[in-house]
Amino acid sequence: MMIVAQGLEKTYTSGGRPLPVLRDIDLEVAPESFVAVVGPSGSGKTTLLGLLAGLDVPSAGRVVLDGQDLFALTEDERAGFRAERVGFVFQTFHLLPTLTALENVLVPLELRGGGRGLRSRATELLDHVGLGDRMHHYPAQLSGGEQQRVALARAFANQPRILFADEPTGNLDQETGAAIVAMLEELNREARTTLVMVTHDQALAERAHRIVRLAGGCIVADEEAGAPAPSADGTDSAAPRP
Amino acid sequence: MKLGFALRLAVRESRHGFRRVGVYMAAITLGVAALVAIHSFRDDVARSVQEEADVLMGADARFEANRPLPDSVTHIIDSLSAAGVDVSRVTTTLSMVLAPKSGDVRLLQVQALQGGFPFYGEVETTPAHSWGRHAREGVALVDPAVLTQLQISLGDTLAVGRVRVPVVATVENTPTDLGYQTAVGPRVYVSQATLDSAGLLGFGSLARYAVYLRMPDEGARHALRQRYSSVLRATDVSFRLAEDQAHRLSNSIRFLGRFLGLVGLGALLLGGIGVASAVQVYVRERRPAVAVLRCLGADQWTVFAAYVVQAAALGLIGSGVGVALGAATQRVLPVLLAGVLPVPVSTRFSPAAAAAGVGIGVWVAVVFAFIPLLEIKDVPPLQALRQDFEPPRRRRDPWRIGAYSALLASVFLLCGVEAPETSVGLVFAVALLVTVALLAAVAWGLTRLTRRFFPTRASYPVRQGVSNLFRPHNQTLSVTLALGFGAFVVGTVMQVEGSLLDDLTVSFGQGRPNVLLFDVQKDQVDSLRTLLPASARAGLEVTPLIMSRITAIDGRTPAELRSDSMIPREERPRRWALRREYRNTYRAKLGSAETLVAGRWWDGTPAAGDSGRAVSAGDLVPVSLEEGIAQDLKVGLGDTISWNVGGMPVESVVTSIRHVEWSRLQPNFFAIFKPGYIDDAPQTIIMLARIPDPTRRADFQRALVHVFPNVSALDFSRVQEAIDSVLSRVRTAVTFLALFSALAGILVLVGALATSRLQRTREGALLKTLGARRTQVLTVLFTEYLALGTLATAAGLALAWIASAIMVPHVFQVTFHTHPVPLLVIWGAVAGLTLAVGLAGSRGLLRRPPLAVLREVPE
Ligand SMILES: Nc1ncnc2c1ncn2[C@@H]1O[C@H](COP(=O)(O)OP(=O)(O)O)[C@@H](O)[C@H]1O
Ligand SMILES: [Mg+2]
Repeated sequence: MMIVAQGLEKTYTSGGRPLPVLRDIDLEVAPESFVAVVGPSGSGKTTLLGLLAGLDVPSAGRVVLDGQDLFALTEDERAGFRAERVGFVFQTFHLLPTLTALENVLVPLELRGGGRGLRSRATELLDHVGLGDRMHHYPAQLSGGEQQRVALARAFANQPRILFADEPTGNLDQETGAAIVAMLEELNREARTTLVMVTHDQALAERAHRIVRLAGGCIVADEEAGAPAPSADGTDSAAPRP
Repeated sequence: MKLGFALRLAVRESRHGFRRVGVYMAAITLGVAALVAIHSFRDDVARSVQEEADVLMGADARFEANRPLPDSVTHIIDSLSAAGVDVSRVTTTLSMVLAPKSGDVRLLQVQALQGGFPFYGEVETTPAHSWGRHAREGVALVDPAVLTQLQISLGDTLAVGRVRVPVVATVENTPTDLGYQTAVGPRVYVSQATLDSAGLLGFGSLARYAVYLRMPDEGARHALRQRYSSVLRATDVSFRLAEDQAHRLSNSIRFLGRFLGLVGLGALLLGGIGVASAVQVYVRERRPAVAVLRCLGADQWTVFAAYVVQAAALGLIGSGVGVALGAATQRVLPVLLAGVLPVPVSTRFSPAAAAAGVGIGVWVAVVFAFIPLLEIKDVPPLQALRQDFEPPRRRRDPWRIGAYSALLASVFLLCGVEAPETSVGLVFAVALLVTVALLAAVAWGLTRLTRRFFPTRASYPVRQGVSNLFRPHNQTLSVTLALGFGAFVVGTVMQVEGSLLDDLTVSFGQGRPNVLLFDVQKDQVDSLRTLLPASARAGLEVTPLIMSRITAIDGRTPAELRSDSMIPREERPRRWALRREYRNTYRAKLGSAETLVAGRWWDGTPAAGDSGRAVSAGDLVPVSLEEGIAQDLKVGLGDTISWNVGGMPVESVVTSIRHVEWSRLQPNFFAIFKPGYIDDAPQTIIMLARIPDPTRRADFQRALVHVFPNVSALDFSRVQEAIDSVLSRVRTAVTFLALFSALAGILVLVGALATSRLQRTREGALLKTLGARRTQVLTVLFTEYLALGTLATAAGLALAWIASAIMVPHVFQVTFHTHPVPLLVIWGAVAGLTLAVGLAGSRGLLRRPPLAVLREVPE
C-alpha cells in the first residue's frame, strides 16, 4: 500500500472545548491509484489531507506513507521526506510571489539540493503545462489558471511518489478547472504517481478510481468510481474518459 | 456624507488591525516628546536666565578689558565711587602656582578681589561664609580641584609668584560661573594686594581686568552708558549691563535649544514616514472590506472620513502620550546639561508647549496618513465581486496633488518655525528632503544591483531571502528610510568626531610639543634651554611675541580711515582690526600650518599659481599678513602699514599673504615681520618643548618656578583632558537627542516587520510543505533580515560618509579622514538589531504546523 492510515483522529480545542474534527479514520490507498475525497464543507477533508502529508500531527493514530511511519519522524525529517516523495497542489495556488514561474518550479528541486539539469527539468515541466513562454513571469502577472498550472509543474518537479491536491479547481471557472484536472491526470499517469484529490465537484470526482466520502469527520462511504482502478500488475488499463 | 455612520465605522474598523499602525504612532509619540521637552526646556532656561540676570553677573554693570583700565575709565569709576556707587575690582590672570608642602606645580587661574563682588547671589564655600576673607585678610580660597591637583589640604600654603598665602577654604559654587570655565584651569582666589605683591602682572601676561558696579536703578545705569559711550569707544574697554549679558546668554541658549528642536523634528517626521507606509499596507488589506461597504451603499467620502478619523484619533493618542513623556524629559535635560547651563534651571509645565506638541503631532499623523488613505475613496464597489479588478488610475487627481502639496508645505513650515532662523529651517527642510530622496535613490540602486548581480549560484535559501526584499507590498523602502536615517545621523556624528579627535592627536600626539612656556624674557632663553632635559633641547621651538598696534595704513590713521565718507561703510577697514593689540613675530621660515596664497616669502618662494607676484619693500620692513586679517584691514600686496611696536615706530610693506590652519594648536600670527629689522623691539618669548615623560615634565615645572618665577608653563596634556571632558559632555547631549531619532527608527522597523509577518509566516509554511527543513526556513529569514539591515545601513552610511567629508573641512576646518571602524560598528549594530527584531517576530512561524498557516485564507 502507498498510504496506510490507522485509527486517525484529530481534535482541536476551540474556545476551551475539545472539538473533534476527524474520528477513527482507517484508510488504505494502493500505489498509482487516483482517490477523490468528497464531502460537505467543514467535514474534515483538508484536515485529513494535511495529516496524510504530515503537515500536522494527529491526536491519535498513525500514517504510513510509502512504507515510512510519518509520525515516527521529527518535523524536519518529515519535511525532508516531503521534499523527496510528496507533491502538493492547493486551492489558492500558493506560489511564492517573489519568484518567477520557473523559479517557483525550481524550489522543491533546490530544497532537495544540488544536482545538474534542474533547470532543464523545470523548463520541460513548464513546457508540458503549456507555459513555455511565460517562464520568467511573476505570479502576479499570471491568471489563476496559469498560476495553478505553475503549481502543477512545481508539484511534479521532484518526481513525487504521492501527490495531494486540495480542491485544485476550487478557485477556477469550470472550463479552466477541467483543463487543470486533465493535466493532473495526464501527469499522474506519466509519472505513475499516487493521487489523492479533495474536490467539491461530483463530475471531477467521477474521474477518479475511487471516491471516499467524509461527513462530520468520519468516512461514510468508500466506493469504486467510474474509472477502473489500475490492474494489479501496475499497468494502467484505464482509458482517458472523453 | 454620513458623519454619524463614519464615526461608528471608524470605531468598529479600528478594532481590526489599525492597532498595527499604532506602533508607528509610537514613533510620533517620541517626536512629540522631544519637541515638547525641548520647547518647555527652552522656555525654562530663558525665564531662569532673565530672573537671575543680576546674579549671573553678580552685579548690575561691568567694565572689562585685557589690560589695566586706562585713566579715562578709572576716572569714571572713581567719580561713581565718590557718588556712593558700590565698586568691586576683579583681576584674573594665569600663573604657575607651587605647593611648597608637596612640591607640586600647576598653571592655575589666579583671581584677585577688592570690594564686595558678587553683589548678588551667594558663593558657597567650605567652611561656610568664607567668601570675602581673601579680600580682607590676605588669605587664599581655592577651587576644590586645586587641593587634589597639588595634593594639599586646607591650612597649607601656596606660593603665588613671590608671596605665600595660606589656603583657608574651598569655593564650591559661584553663581556667576558657567561651569566649564574652571575646566581650563581651577582657580585660586586672593586679594588685590596679594596679586600686586606677587609680581605676576608683568608685560604680556594673559590677564583680564574687570570692575563691577552695583547700580540697582535701571535708569541710572542706562544713563551712565549713554553719557560715557564716546569715552569708552576710544578705548578697548567693554561696558556691559547685567540685562545685556542675560539677553545674550538666553539668545545663545535659545539658538542651541532651537537646534535641538530640529533634531526632535527629525524624529517626528521619521514617525510620519512610518505612519504613511503603515497606512498604505493597512489600506491594501482593507480594500475588500471597503469594496463591500461601497456595494452596500456607503458613499466614498463617508468611508474615507472613517479612516481619516482613525488616523487623527491615533495621532491624538500618540501625541498625548508624547506630551507626558516630554514633560518627564523636560526634567532630565537640565540634569544632563548641568555643566553647560549658566543658571540653575527650574522646570515648569508649559501649556503652550504641550498644546503645540499635540497640534503638531496630530497634524503630522493626518498629513502623512492622508496620501495613502486617498486610495480608500477610489476603491470601486466592483472589486467586491472581482478581486483582481483594478480601476483605471486617475493620473491627475486634484486631491492627490493637494495632499502632496500640503505635506511639503507642512515640512517646510515646521522646519521654518522650529529652526533658529527661518533660513536655517528652510535649508534644514531641503536637506531633509534631499536626504530622504537620496536614501530612497541609493536603496533603489542597491536593490537593482542586488537583483541583477546576485550570484545565481548561491544556495537556494539565500537567494530566496534576498528576493524577499522585493516581495509585493514589501517594506524595504520604509525600513531603509527609517534605519538609514538613524545610521546617517549617528554615522555622521561619529565621522566628524573621529576627524576632530585626529586633529587633536596631530596637535598633541606623538612627537608634538607638550609644554608651552610663556612670558619668557629674551635674556632668559639660553639659561632656560639648559634647564630643559637634554632630550628636549633639540626640538625646542622659540618664538618671540611683539606687542604692536596699527598707527596708519597707507599713511592714513585709523580714525581717518573709519570716518572717510568717500568709502562705503562696508569697504572701510573693520574697527576691531584697526584698534586691536597685535601679538606679532619675526621669523625666517613658513610654519607647518601656513601656506602662501599671494606674493612671495622672504627667500623668494612664490605662492602657488600665478598670484605669486613679487613686491619690493624698498627700505621698509617686509611683512606677511594672514588672509583673514588682510581682508578685514582692506589691504593687499604692496600696501604699507605703520605700526607702534612697543613705542617704536615701524613702517612695513605687505609682501605676502598667508593662509593659516588656525585649528592647529601652535603659535600662529596675523602679521610676521622679516627677521633683521625689529629683532630688538621689546618682546617676550614663548617656547614649545617636548618632554614625553610625565615625571620629568613635573620636575621641570617645579625647577622652573624656583629659577624663573615669571615664566609660566602650560602642560598640554592637562588641556587635552579639559577638551576631552567638554567633548564628552557635548557627546552625551547629542547622543541623548539622537536617541529619539534612533528609537523612532527602531519603532518603524518593528512596525514594518510586523506588517509583513503574516505574509512571511505563510511563505515559511509553504516552504515547509514543499519539504524545507527548519534550518532552510531560518536561512531564508536570516538572509532577508541581514540583507535588509545591510541595505539600510549601507545607504545611510554612504550618505553619512559624504556628508562628513563635506562638513569636516568646510564647517570644522579640519582635514577629513575616513574612520571605518565606527561605520562597521553601526552596520553590525543595525544589522544585528534587524535580525533580532525580525527573528523575534518569526518565532511562531517555526512552531506552528504548516497546515494551520495554509488554512488561513489569504487577504
Ligand atoms: N485550528 C483549528 N481550530 C479549531 N477548529 C478547526 C481548526 N482548523 C479546522 N477546524 C475545524 O475543523 C473542521 C474541519 O475543517 P476542514 O478540514 O478545513 O474541512 P473541509 O476542508 O472539509 O472544509 C471545521 O469545522 C473547522 O472549523
Ligand atoms: Mg478544505
